[in-house]
Amino acid sequence: MIVEIGHYALALALALSLVQAVMPAWAARSGDAALREVAGPAALGTFACILFAFCALTYAHVTSDFSVQNVVENSHTAKPLIYKISGVWGNHEGSMLLWVLILALFGAWVATAKTSVPPVLRTNTLMVQASVTFVFVLFIITTSNPFARVAPAPLEGNDLNPLLQDFGLAIHPPLLYLGYVGFSVTFAFAVAALIEGRIDAVWARAVRPWALIAWSFLTLGIAMGSYWAYYELGWGGWWFWDPVENASLMPWIAGTALLHSIVVMEKRDALKVWTVLLAILTFSLSLVGTFIVRSGLLTSVHSFASDPSRGVFILAILALFIGGALSLFAWRAPSLRQGGLFAPISREGALVMNNLFLVAACATVFVGTLYPLLLEMLTGEKISVGPPFFNWTFIPLALPLLVIVPFGQALAWKRGDAAAAAQRLLAAFAVALVVALGAAAWTWGGPVMAPVGLGFGAYLIIGSVLEIWARARGYGHNRTRDFGTTWRRAIGLPRSAWGTALAHAGVGVVVLGIAGQGWATEGLATIRPGGQVASGPYVATLDRVGPTKGENFEETTAFLTLRNRAGDYVGTAETGKRFYPSRRMTVTESGLKTIGVSQIYASLGEVMPDGSIGMRLYYKPLVLLIWIGSLIMAAGGGLSLTDRRMRVGAPVKARAKLPPSAVPAE
Amino acid sequence: MTRFRSTILALCLSLTALPALAVQPNEVLKDPAMEARARHISEGLRCLVCQNQSIDDSDAPLAKDLRVLVRERLKEGDSNGQVIDYVVARYGEFVLLRPVFGWHTLLLWLSPLLAVGFGAFGIWRLSRRRPPKADDLSHAEKAEVEALLKRP
Repeated sequence: MIVEIGHYALALALALSLVQAVMPAWAARSGDAALREVAGPAALGTFACILFAFCALTYAHVTSDFSVQNVVENSHTAKPLIYKISGVWGNHEGSMLLWVLILALFGAWVATAKTSVPPVLRTNTLMVQASVTFVFVLFIITTSNPFARVAPAPLEGNDLNPLLQDFGLAIHPPLLYLGYVGFSVTFAFAVAALIEGRIDAVWARAVRPWALIAWSFLTLGIAMGSYWAYYELGWGGWWFWDPVENASLMPWIAGTALLHSIVVMEKRDALKVWTVLLAILTFSLSLVGTFIVRSGLLTSVHSFASDPSRGVFILAILALFIGGALSLFAWRAPSLRQGGLFAPISREGALVMNNLFLVAACATVFVGTLYPLLLEMLTGEKISVGPPFFNWTFIPLALPLLVIVPFGQALAWKRGDAAAAAQRLLAAFAVALVVALGAAAWTWGGPVMAPVGLGFGAYLIIGSVLEIWARARGYGHNRTRDFGTTWRRAIGLPRSAWGTALAHAGVGVVVLGIAGQGWATEGLATIRPGGQVASGPYVATLDRVGPTKGENFEETTAFLTLRNRAGDYVGTAETGKRFYPSRRMTVTESGLKTIGVSQIYASLGEVMPDGSIGMRLYYKPLVLLIWIGSLIMAAGGGLSLTDRRMRVGAPVKARAKLPPSAVPAE
Repeated sequence: MTRFRSTILALCLSLTALPALAVQPNEVLKDPAMEARARHISEGLRCLVCQNQSIDDSDAPLAKDLRVLVRERLKEGDSNGQVIDYVVARYGEFVLLRPVFGWHTLLLWLSPLLAVGFGAFGIWRLSRRRPPKADDLSHAEKAEVEALLKRP
């Protein structure tokens, strides 16, 4: 019964989102203010309904209701409770339901947020958000119904794919979707501004927190997914340039560009048209990502053709929203007024360069991901675009970007002094050089790019510290040499300044972690108990191989003792092969030993009948910095959100309050 | 994203009777330099039955066959390029994770340059085409300014 009510709630959400999308437009024509106010409560109602539907599906999963098709296909009575819950979104239908749940959550959030967003802009934004919700709920109801019943109900379910039975599934998709879908708000704001034909610093200030929220969550989501792939897939890679990974990276890059151009718009009233375009593109890339993942297009062109209903539906959604928004943009953009002149060497100029390289990197990933598909469609030729291509094209675009980061921070708004900025960063250059040369000398004969990477990481981190330092010291006659004063001023700096510095330092930390992988080592051996396998500075001894048992799997576990080359005890690691009888599948569980920010990574290979095993041992120096740095970046975004400016509305010019006759025509 | 990847991996895994990890110890060549070359080549060759995975990472039996093939060619004295040509001749360009540079991949390889080039050109054009600011005033605003200036 609860399942049916859940299904009904979803239908109700469809109706409510339609009301929310249509009423304000009607109100705008009839000038009925009361009717316009329907949007807020309707947004809350939509969210409540979808939340209920989601809970109903979760209930069906938790109680193992095998009369529901979705539960049969993805659950099993012996599955631990946490995976029964996370299994709700471990499949197509459920993950789409989570998608719209988060979409509706953002809708309700915008409706209730206490900001000084002008009422017309707010209503239009809710209207656009509702139309996105409407279309996606319609998609679920017509092509991906999670509440479909099956009769007769089987006694046992097919179980969830064992690779997904991991804590990673519990948090990775929700975080990722909070990011992906969070950009729907910036999209809605952009389209609302275009509908109104009016865009200014008030708009930028209203949008910036939403861009920050979405960006921070997307950062966390991608980092979490990367760590999950790293420990779960068993060969120690942390980024594969997989089309599905690229699908989440593209909105992240575009979102990063958006975050930076919004700053220019808020402070200097420049780059307006570009910022609106970026806001549209970012969510468009989220939609493209959803299309790529959900249509099955990338698995194979044929699987897309065999069941095209979902793919074609999402393609239609893409055409509607991306095409619609871009047409609106093309129509309205010329009428948006540009403002805020600046010299090429200035903070704005640096941020324009940031946008140029980010967008170019994003375009490269986009072309690389979709090119094989297009080529096959047009000429029938099949090619692969894999990691070597992306490493060759993406890194050269990323490096200039890293150079600009601290540099742009050191430049003044409007007109900057490049020489003075370079002088301010002298310490960062010096430290970077020492780090790079030191690392190169220490590991002479090793990889070339790794010391360079360490240098870049150090440059970014020191650059961020110097930025806070310089701002706390003050400029001109305000400059202080007193340490106490500097400290007090540093504490008193806006939280957004600290957030920026933290996020940029986080990028530096990620770069250090990536650079460290240049020195990663791998050892491989067939060993019996008592045997050894070595990798880099560490040696693992196989103590024993034995069976262990979990709730719904049987595992063959190898127990290892880890020592360094001198023979000192370092720790232990366990790696195993888990056999899940329900799906007759075997999954490798890697064994990790963390030493500082580095890891020893053990992975069990083949188990031979004679008792010997294949063992793979990696040493991954600094590897944890990749994810720690990502966390720091997201924390920087979060810190920025607590800035006073985010809570207080932008000052509205008194001119806007003049009687209508005096208001200039826009 | 990983979910999707994992599903594919699971598919690959389920195809093999005895799931095993990528390069097996018994495949490794005696000569470390030649083995390093083999690894380098394998990283650039795609596992044909997997999704976007190199034969060096893959567990599929077909990937293993290819790894062994690469090592056999190397032992017979082929250069890296000759080994890759041999594999491409048998399986087509599809096996190369790094696409060749040719007419059909021109746009792909030039995409970063084109993106930066067009972007830079656009910025340059826009920076030269700034409308003079003072003319933005509407008649009402001009009248207002006049009135303010005349005020004693």
